[in-house]
Amino acid sequence: MRHLISTRDLSHSEAVGLLDTTIDMVDVRSRDIKKLPTLRGKTVANVFFEDSTRTRLSFEAAALGLGADVMTFTSQGSSVSKGESLKDTLQTLEAMGAEFIVLRHSNSGVASTVTNSGWVDSHIINAGDGTHEHPTQALLDAFTMRSRLLGEDARGRDLDGFSVVIVGDILHSRVTRSNVWLLRTLGAAVTLAAPKTLLPRDIDDWGVSLVSTLDDAIDQKPDVVMTLRVQKERMSSGFFPSESEFSSVWGMNVSRLRRLAPTAIVMHPGPMNRGLEISGEVADSPQSTVTEQVANGVAARMALLYTLRGESR
Amino acid sequence: MTRIVLAKPDIDRALKRIAHEIVESQRGRGGLIFLGIPTRGVHLAKRLARLVADIEPQDVQVGTLDVTMYRDDLGIQSTRTTVATEIPATGINGSTVILVDDVLYSGRTVRAALDAITALGRPDVVRFAVLIDRGHRELPIRADFVGKNLPTSTSERVNVSVSEVDGSDEVSIA
Repeated sequence: MRHLISTRDLSHSEAVGLLDTTIDMVDVRSRDIKKLPTLRGKTVANVFFEDSTRTRLSFEAAALGLGADVMTFTSQGSSVSKGESLKDTLQTLEAMGAEFIVLRHSNSGVASTVTNSGWVDSHIINAGDGTHEHPTQALLDAFTMRSRLLGEDARGRDLDGFSVVIVGDILHSRVTRSNVWLLRTLGAAVTLAAPKTLLPRDIDDWGVSLVSTLDDAIDQKPDVVMTLRVQKERMSSGFFPSESEFSSVWGMNVSRLRRLAPTAIVMHPGPMNRGLEISGEVADSPQSTVTEQVANGVAARMALLYTLRGESR
Repeated sequence: MTRIVLAKPDIDRALKRIAHEIVESQRGRGGLIFLGIPTRGVHLAKRLARLVADIEPQDVQVGTLDVTMYRDDLGIQSTRTTVATEIPATGINGSTVILVDDVLYSGRTVRAALDAITALGRPDVVRFAVLIDRGHRELPIRADFVGKNLPTSTSERVNVSVSEVDGSDEVSIA
């Protein structure tokens, strides 16, 4: 593995291996000395053409935790406004010593274009490309599920036999796409619950079940309910009649939480629209993994950086 | 061509002698922690801990030390999977740590282990016990307790089998 562009590219053993290494990174994060020397002398460039708080900071923490140096590029306030191309921007960063490029872009497919172009030699990590994929989010989500559902026995195991419901704005969700491919590789059963207007056209090819309301999904007693942010910034027209209707039919609230098994978990990739796709009480409940996901994100990205480092050019 | 150099009774005798040497070097001080380097070092560490506690009843703890992330050949070798590091809940500060591995060769694993220990705390003393010392050091490192010195050529392979992992106790050269 030289790059991570899509969770489709991960084999079962690569995926389980990354989750196992993540366990050890979580352990490192719990020590007095939270730093490893693994990437000492290497430079990780965070290249963000789209706004982000947690992903950028998480990659930064992961790189620093492995002893790497970090350069951060955000398109706002950069020479992009002078017309500098993506190719020139990346080559500039590599000329300054970057060996890992963490790339976020609002256009789908940019990360794979970069790896296929031969513009740069760096390891490329897709940190979100438009509505296409966000593979490290899927890794941290799968890790969170595995450690909550399997506890101490998680190492070496996949998610065979577990059921995951993903609810809400599937259409615009790169998190969902990456999660679906990875969860299927790991053997979990995936059900999507969304209004028809927020389902992509090629959904029949995804290998998932569909239900028409969140209540139907809850009735199946899933092990995991993953709520998604309603992505207002990607919506130009009305995809649902009103926010209150969306939250009453598709929102995760306390009465729906009570119908789940006590061991079931509720996830959200953040940032949350409290009261829209997830109620405040659910987000703050013990069954919510929202902050755990953030903590696990750093460890999962450390595991990924370490694993990619092994593959020299 | 595989040649057996140590059979089970030889390994048992070597470990017993090392256990006595450790007890002697401790001179009654407590706080012994055996840290095994995965995979086979972990099982040897457990056995040594048991033997030491039999010789002189004392509080002996055992742990696992993964050194993968501290290696200096990352990026040269293909990616190794990490293993859990498990140390006693009370930590390793002020203790006597006995690092345990199956084979001592270049010394690079031990160097990585010393770095890994430093990140976990500050033991009073760190010592190193190894079942086989096959020579060919690349760093100024030596073992404190050696089961058997085994002169080898670099083209040979030393295989250590332990019953916990491999079903039998045996050291062979191929």
